[in-house]
Amino acid sequence: MESALLVHRLHFAFTVTFHYLFPQLTMGLAPLIVILKTLALRRNEEIYHQAARFWARIFGISFVVGVVTGIPMEFQFGTNWSHFSRFAGGVIGQTLAMEGMFAFFLESAFLGLFLFGEKRLSPKAHWWSAVAVFVGSWLSGYFIIATDAWMQNPVGYERAADGSVQLSSFWALLFNPWACWQYFHNMGGALITGAFVMSSVGAFYLLWGKYQDYGRIFVRVGVSAGLVATVLQLFPTGDEQGRMVAEKQPATLAAMEALFESSPGAPLVLIGQPDVPQRKIDNPIMLPKMLSFLTYRRWEAEVRGLNSFPQDTWPDNIPLLYYSYHIMVGLGTIFIAIMVIAGFLLWRGTLFNARWMLWILFLSLPFPYIANTAGWITAELGRQPWLVYGLMRTGDGYSKLVSAGNGLFTLLGFMGMYTVMGILFLFLVRREIESGPASEALSAH
Amino acid sequence: MPTVWFIIVSVMIAAYVVLDGFDLGAGIIYLVAAKNSDERRKILRSIGPVWDGNEVWLLAAGGTLYFAYPQLYASAFSGFYLPLMMVLWLLMLRGIGIELRAHMENPVWQGFFDFIFCLSSALLAIFFGAALGNVIRGVPLGPDGYFFEPLWTNFRLGPSPGILDWYTVTAGVVALVTLTAHGALYVMVKTEGELNQRARRIAIAVWPVQLALTVISLVATWFVRPSIKENYLAYPIGFMIPLVVFGSLVLMLTATRRGRELQAFLASCAYITGMLMGAVFALYPVVLPASTDPAYNLTIHNASAAHYGLSIGLIWWGIGMILAVGYFVFVYRMFRGKVQLEGAGY
Repeated sequence: MESALLVHRLHFAFTVTFHYLFPQLTMGLAPLIVILKTLALRRNEEIYHQAARFWARIFGISFVVGVVTGIPMEFQFGTNWSHFSRFAGGVIGQTLAMEGMFAFFLESAFLGLFLFGEKRLSPKAHWWSAVAVFVGSWLSGYFIIATDAWMQNPVGYERAADGSVQLSSFWALLFNPWACWQYFHNMGGALITGAFVMSSVGAFYLLWGKYQDYGRIFVRVGVSAGLVATVLQLFPTGDEQGRMVAEKQPATLAAMEALFESSPGAPLVLIGQPDVPQRKIDNPIMLPKMLSFLTYRRWEAEVRGLNSFPQDTWPDNIPLLYYSYHIMVGLGTIFIAIMVIAGFLLWRGTLFNARWMLWILFLSLPFPYIANTAGWITAELGRQPWLVYGLMRTGDGYSKLVSAGNGLFTLLGFMGMYTVMGILFLFLVRREIESGPASEALSAH
Repeated sequence: MPTVWFIIVSVMIAAYVVLDGFDLGAGIIYLVAAKNSDERRKILRSIGPVWDGNEVWLLAAGGTLYFAYPQLYASAFSGFYLPLMMVLWLLMLRGIGIELRAHMENPVWQGFFDFIFCLSSALLAIFFGAALGNVIRGVPLGPDGYFFEPLWTNFRLGPSPGILDWYTVTAGVVALVTLTAHGALYVMVKTEGELNQRARRIAIAVWPVQLALTVISLVATWFVRPSIKENYLAYPIGFMIPLVVFGSLVLMLTATRRGRELQAFLASCAYITGMLMGAVFALYPVVLPASTDPAYNLTIHNASAAHYGLSIGLIWWGIGMILAVGYFVFVYRMFRGKVQLEGAGY
């Protein structure tokens, strides 16, 4: 822990990983709450209003933690990664500032209205405030993805005399092709979290035998949304995202797949442990020629392996990159299976009595979080050793005057703070769920 | 173009201090002004729908600062590393204190979160004041445009000062007192009955302290950074600013005495804006002065982003600002008037 670079990397990795546990739920729940509010207006039934209020309370708790853990993310660009900020601020300052101007104001103003204003607003206006919260949270996601996409695939910039990069095309930055697919893939991931959480709570009520009316609504909405989201996550968004990596970051693809040697008709490794010094995979289970087909749509296409890239451009933690990628894909596949079966049972009208399936839905709650986290680790470790792909190495971007000791001090501080916050969050959400959606809330959140 | 963005960023920071200032201030007086659970809920209610939106001004101002002056952002944020991290922790504690208190039924836990809310609000006011003090005093910038300040060295000025020295601590106390009055006036506007009366008495009681500290801080600033007079002498219109500051300070007292609550609160807004604008006017075109060598000063010219980015930013910033002001007017109108305790929430 004496390396300042390592401390600053861990600092960002820890805080961003913890932070993103919360926005993925709020971004995933926001459209589902709009659906519940729409059903409430259409069918004019109080139970849907009450269901929306219940999820708004969960949303509110998650939102607060998301906001307070999100502020450090913006700060850390300056505090821990100041050389990067000076280098790239002329470009990514655009998207980060736009997030504040367009998304945060919208989201925070209307969330206040949505949570506190139901009595003061007409039902229509209250519906609109739910839509505004949804749009705000999804816009926020876009600006962050556009920022990350620029680091993955820098576009629309030019070099200034002092060595920094400056914006040369606003639209190229905003509509970076990388950003478009990454956005859909990421928002699909958030929707999967929202859908699984909702159906898990619903399944819990049905298994428990309490609040069963609500349980049926939650399972129906959650499974319907989850079915759509899990399928789209594989195709087209995941597929396109993978092909984007193959085109723009071929060394990353080779590392994700642990493909050490270039070969025609490359196999797809399903399970196995990469041994980087020996350049081989232990205990492999593979599908022959599948990688070539998935990447280039031809069985015999040549896929470049790590041996065709200089070793100093390899991602610096290949095993972790490989595992996180495989965990994401593996879980994504299981999610499709769960949602297809649950959707089939729902269509046949037998889901609410199929206790085994309800148990699966109930217990599957943590896994979308793991898949989303693994996906982000794949994206960010895959970009290494670059901070801005091809332009700036990670080792050149951190704050040179902030020593490892000072960085470790604040990292430990964040760890303590986030432990407390995580415990509080679990405690409060569990209590909301146990006391049930029908209970008049102790509070507006 | 860099001058336009200098004005924009200054205005956004002022908007943040005025807006989040009143909910910080409400937190500072929270334990003194509100004696029972109902009164505490009323204070929380008065800021509940807006505090989060107010805090977004900090994020938006920070984002805009990053966009317009990447070099300043990189230098200042890494140089003020420790105090900024502590500000983050305080913001977190405060957000949790406000929001999660409502979910706790047990009075022991409520008391704990009340204390957290009050303490973090007060410390944040002091930190923000000290930060402004640092910017006025100057920081030990090196030739590469970076610096790192420890929390304190010997509490004296000089080429290698700490974040806290006698001048910045003074600035922190000024901020604490200013926001105490600001928050008290806000609570007075938003409440009725005994709580209203207590808030009013707090505002009147801190007034002489605020007056004294305003004078002391002006004199101290003159001493710490004699060059502040240059812009005022070059553009005498700047002398309007101290007039506004003292005029609104007087109005704060007279309006409170006469029971013109809103007028008193608006006067406090004008006072805060005036104090900040006075500092900003004196600094221009420097954005971060160097205590080492004036040649290392960060200015709007050597710290700003390139022209194309700044011009295109003006377009979207304008649109975004109109929308944001629209939301704020809408939300504040929706929740206008005195706080009542009916229904759900806090």
